[in-house]
Amino acid sequence: MNWRAVKAIVRKDLKVVLQNKGVLIPLIVVPVMILVAMPALAAFAPALQDMPGTPFAGMDNFIQGMPPGLQAALAGYSEVQMVVVLALVYFLAPMYLILPLMIASVIAADSFAGEKERKTLEALLYTPTTDRELFLAKLLSAWVPALGIAWGGFVLYSVVANLAAWPTMGKLFFPTVMWLVLALWVAPAVAGLGLGVTVLVSAKAQGFQEAYQLGAIVVLPILLLVVGQATGVMYFSTWLVLLLGLVFWVVDLVLLWFAGRTFRRHELATRL
Amino acid sequence: MRAEPVIVVNGLTRRFGGVVAVDHLDLEVYPGEVFGCLGHNGAGKTTTVRLLNGVLAPDGGTARVLGLDPLGDGPVLRRRTGVLTETPSLDERLTGRENLQIYAELYDVPPAEVPGRVESFLETFELADRGDDRAGGYSKGMKQRLALARALLHQPEILFLDEPTAGLDPVAAHHVHDMITRLSHEQRTVFLCTHNLAEAQKLCARVAVLEHGRLVALGTPAELAQKLGRSQRLEIEVAPDGVTAAVGVVKTSLGIADPALENSTLSVVGANREAIPGLVASLVAAGVRIYRVTPQEPSLEDVYFALHGEEEVS
Repeated sequence: MNWRAVKAIVRKDLKVVLQNKGVLIPLIVVPVMILVAMPALAAFAPALQDMPGTPFAGMDNFIQGMPPGLQAALAGYSEVQMVVVLALVYFLAPMYLILPLMIASVIAADSFAGEKERKTLEALLYTPTTDRELFLAKLLSAWVPALGIAWGGFVLYSVVANLAAWPTMGKLFFPTVMWLVLALWVAPAVAGLGLGVTVLVSAKAQGFQEAYQLGAIVVLPILLLVVGQATGVMYFSTWLVLLLGLVFWVVDLVLLWFAGRTFRRHELATRL
Repeated sequence: MRAEPVIVVNGLTRRFGGVVAVDHLDLEVYPGEVFGCLGHNGAGKTTTVRLLNGVLAPDGGTARVLGLDPLGDGPVLRRRTGVLTETPSLDERLTGRENLQIYAELYDVPPAEVPGRVESFLETFELADRGDDRAGGYSKGMKQRLALARALLHQPEILFLDEPTAGLDPVAAHHVHDMITRLSHEQRTVFLCTHNLAEAQKLCARVAVLEHGRLVALGTPAELAQKLGRSQRLEIEVAPDGVTAAVGVVKTSLGIADPALENSTLSVVGANREAIPGLVASLVAAGVRIYRVTPQEPSLEDVYFALHGEEEVS
C-alpha cells in the first residue's frame, strides 16, 4: 500500500472540499444547529415549567411508562432535571448521529461524483495508484473528517450541554456511558453507512448534487430512531446503542464490499 | 540496427456495447520517436491511450509498453509514462503549485526533490508568477501548460499527448510544439494523438491513421503518400499576361488535361521531377515570364484526405 499516495489524495480532496461553499456551508451550519443551538434550547426547557399547559404536569405518568432501565437512570433527578436529561441525553442522541452521516455523505459525494463532474478523475486514473489505494483514499477523505467533526462535536456538545444545563442540574452530568459508546462505536459506523450508500450512488450519478440528493435516503434509519424515541417506542440504552452500532458496522461492510466492486479503474474509465 | 520498440500492439480490440472503439490494432513505436496517432473524433485515439496505460481493459489482443503488460503491470507502467489528457483535468480549486505538488507525490517523486522540481517546472512552463493562483483562474493556454508540466513532472519515458494544442492560440500552440521537439531531442518517446494534420506533419516521424478504430495507414508521411500513389505537386506562378500560354505549355509538355489555376498560379498534380527543367524551358520559349516554380511533396493533409475520402472529411 502506497500510503504517501493515499495521503496525497486525501489532502487533495479535503483542500478541494474546503474551497467549495456548497459543501462547506452545510458542514458548518448543521453541526452548529445540532451541537450548540439544540442542546442550548433543550437545557432552557425547564423555564417552560411555569407556563400553563406544559407537559410537566403529567411527568409522573410519563416516567411510569418508560422502560425500567431508563427509570433507573433518571432516578434521583427532580422532575425538571429529568426533562433536561431526557432531552440532552436521550432525545438528541439520534440527532447527533446525523452529523457523521451527513458529513461523510457530503464529502463522499464531492469526492466521488464531484471528481467526475469536474473532469479531474481521468488524470487520477493515469497515476500509478492501484484501484485499492484510490478507493481507500477516497473513503478516508470522507470518513476521517466525518469522524473528526463527530468526535470534536461530541466534546463541544458535552461542554454546551453542561454549561447550558448548569442552572438546572448544578453538576456535570454529561457525557454518559451510553453517549461514549454512541460517539466512539456508533458514530464511525454511521459515517461508514453514509459513505457506502453515497459511493454506490455516485457510481451512477453525474455530479455532486445528484449523488448527494440520491444518497440522502440514508438519513431514513436515523430519522426512524429520532421518531422512535420521541414516540416512546424505544429508548437508547448502552446495550441498545452497542447493538445498533454492530448492525451499522455489518451493513457498512456489505455496502463497502459492493462499493469496492463498482470502484474499478476499468469501470470508471468507461464512464468518463 | 533499430532499437527494440517501446510500444508493441497486436490485434488490440476494445468494444463499448455494440461499438468497436479499437479494432484489431497493430503498431510499434520506437524509443525517442514522436509518433502521431491521427483520426477523426471517435476514431479510437483516446481509447488507445487508455488501453496502453492500463486504464481500460482490452476485449482482445495484446499490448506491451516498456516491456510491461498495461493490464497486469498498470501501476508500475504508469510510473514510467505521462499522459496529457484531452481536457487538462486539473483541480481548478487548487493552485498551480498545489496541483503539481500533489501529483509529484502520486507519481512518487522523492520527497526531498518535490519542492525543487515543482518550482523548476513552474519556471520552465512560465507559470512561476501565477503558481499560487487557483488553476481555475488560468487562461486555456496556461491550463494546458500546467497539465503538460504535471504530465512531465516525474520524467516519464513515454509521454502520451491527447490533442495537446486543441483550442490553444497560435502562440500557446507554438510553446507546446517547442516542448515536444525538446522532448524528442532528449530521446523521450512521444505518442501524439491529434487531428491537427499540420501539427503531425511538423512533429511526427511516423503516423498511424485510425478510422472507426481500425488502422488504415502507418508510416512516414512520405511513405503513406507513396503507398497511396500520390505524386508530387508542382506550383508554377507566372506573370498574369502569360497565363493562357502557360496553360497551353503545361497541357502539351506534361499531358495534363486541365491544370488547376488560381489567380496566376497553376497547380499540377502528377508531375515527374525530371520533367521540370524541360517544362521551364518550354515556358520560357513561349515567352511566359516565370515568377516561381515550386515542387511540393504530398502533405499529410493530402494523404489524410485521400485515406478518408474528401467528402467524408469535409
